[in-house]
Amino acid sequence: MESTILNFGTQADAAGHRPAALKREDSMSNVHASKKTKGYYFRKEYLGRGIATGCGLFIVVLTLAIGVFLLVRGTGTFTRFHHSILEFLFSSDWSPVDTATGSGGGVGAAVFIAGSLLTCGLALLMITPFSIGAAIFMTEIAPKSGEKIFRPAVEIFVGIPSVVYGWIGLTVLVPWIKNVFHPKMGGYSVLAASIVLAVMIFPTITTVAADAIRSTPDAFRKAGYGLGSTRWQVIYRIVLPASRSGIMTGIILGLARAFGEALAVAMVIGKTRAFPKNLLSPTNNLTAEIAADMGNTASGGEANMALWTMALLLFLISMLFIFLIHLISGKGILQVEN
Amino acid sequence: MSEQAKTKISVQDLHLYYGQFHALKGITMEIPEHEITALIGPSGCGKSTFLKTLNRMNDLEPNVRIEGSVRLDGADIYQDMDAIELRKRVGMVFQQPNPFPKSIFENVVYGPRINGIRNKAELEEICERSLRQAAIWDELKDRLGKSALGLSGGQQQRLCIARTLAVEPDVILMDEPTSALDPISTGKIEELAMQLKKDYTIVIVTHNMQQATRVSDRTAFFLLGDLVEYGDTQELFSNPKDERTERYITGRFG
Ligand SMILES: Nc1ncnc2c1ncn2[C@@H]1O[C@H](COP(=O)(O)OP(=O)(O)OP(=O)(O)O)[C@@H](O)[C@H]1O
Ligand SMILES: [Mg+2]
Repeated sequence: MESTILNFGTQADAAGHRPAALKREDSMSNVHASKKTKGYYFRKEYLGRGIATGCGLFIVVLTLAIGVFLLVRGTGTFTRFHHSILEFLFSSDWSPVDTATGSGGGVGAAVFIAGSLLTCGLALLMITPFSIGAAIFMTEIAPKSGEKIFRPAVEIFVGIPSVVYGWIGLTVLVPWIKNVFHPKMGGYSVLAASIVLAVMIFPTITTVAADAIRSTPDAFRKAGYGLGSTRWQVIYRIVLPASRSGIMTGIILGLARAFGEALAVAMVIGKTRAFPKNLLSPTNNLTAEIAADMGNTASGGEANMALWTMALLLFLISMLFIFLIHLISGKGILQVEN
Repeated sequence: MSEQAKTKISVQDLHLYYGQFHALKGITMEIPEHEITALIGPSGCGKSTFLKTLNRMNDLEPNVRIEGSVRLDGADIYQDMDAIELRKRVGMVFQQPNPFPKSIFENVVYGPRINGIRNKAELEEICERSLRQAAIWDELKDRLGKSALGLSGGQQQRLCIARTLAVEPDVILMDEPTSALDPISTGKIEELAMQLKKDYTIVIVTHNMQQATRVSDRTAFFLLGDLVEYGDTQELFSNPKDERTERYITGRFG
């Protein structure tokens, strides 16, 4: 799909340059054929390929190994300690016994799951319109300054470590929320965590969406203008629909990043083991809970296992996101539903 | 110009510059209504550039400067008209078929939709009428919901013509509309153009002399940004007044 998109825009170019490129390749292979031996080809062709294949296999094996490891550890809660999956997912009684062998506590992770869903969902709701707007701005409205200034600026955001986001959230956002809304428990809240997450995923969604918008063939825009569209009509009736799978990919990547973020959230969410009553109350989420307690629990005990189960859940969720991305990008712009 | 024909577009001393480059050097030309006017000339002589000045598609390019005037039914399109409104009256068909990545139906009703028509029955009626006018209704009527990108090149081009017709323009500009198509599709588009001139004024760029003689009533020969010769097609091909025209149409020239 991708290549078809590209071809569409650069057909003339590709056709124009191909003969020259072919010629160059031909003459190069002639030179090699006259001078080089079979051993040369073997080294050149198979050695490189072998290394690449090896690396690829290693990654696959590593991923599988992590998955299997998480599966073994994470299912201990259900197999060894005989809790039900329903209890884990929907109960909010979190009181696992923290000894190596003891059991009988509660492993309800609903508070953490809800905290993760709520903060990520809110972050997405807040930032998606801004991200798409920014992507449109840097590609369609001001492509020159977009390329030169806006894009590098946005990309710098990606590289800022999450502890910095958390720290700024802690020193700026949390006091601000406290001063403006005067919540009972201080400024640590779902709202603070959501805003921090929103800012963190802004560059991800924006850059991926901008790439998708930019790869929309110019021919579509010209057709639109030729039919008497305004610029805005070209953008929202032609360009955005044509790049919607890329934009969705950006949103899911952003969501995946938000789900996996532990540190920055942990710093502002208040780490309170209770469902939030409103946006201004503190709560906790999966990643922050794992990060806070993983080192303090007795290995192989009920509490430790329950944390592993939460890690497994995160792993499954990120797998789901990846799956969704593949599902969406498999449906490129060349297919249209109904 | 045949005496009875009314002038649709009147171009007076039109100059166009791409930055420093003088691409059109004072074009003066009257395009009659309900006729097909062909623009011919070697590559790079400014045919597409000229065509695009007629519906202000050049406004989209950076660093373009235009002098002189283009009048549509007497109104100066650069002074007295909004480019968006103009393009609804002067539609364009491009060299490469460029349907939107939407369904066939959505392609055709794109124009009516942006003009504010929401009523489904009305849109369906426009879709059928436009596709019939473009002589492609029978081929497509059972697959209106399918993606337009699944059509053949020739079908796509006729769909693009239907999409332009749905806006109900007065003038249709076609920039080498058949150069990407096989002879059968080309024949269909040519036939279509001759049908459409009853209701529309058509300006067509072509590299194909036979095509110009087959379809057009009048022909304009461009060379290096100049309009060298303009007149009745039969006349221009059988009895060119300018030596450069003669050399070009007999194939002894770029
Ligand atoms: N956007 C642009 N910027 C600068 N120069 C341009 C631009 N578009 C066209 N030109 C130049 O203007 C001249 C006329 O171009 P134009 O595309 O109108 O030629 P043409 O007659 O349509 O040629 P062809 O038959 O190859 O389509 C060419 O020399 C071209 O290089
Ligand atoms: Mg051209």
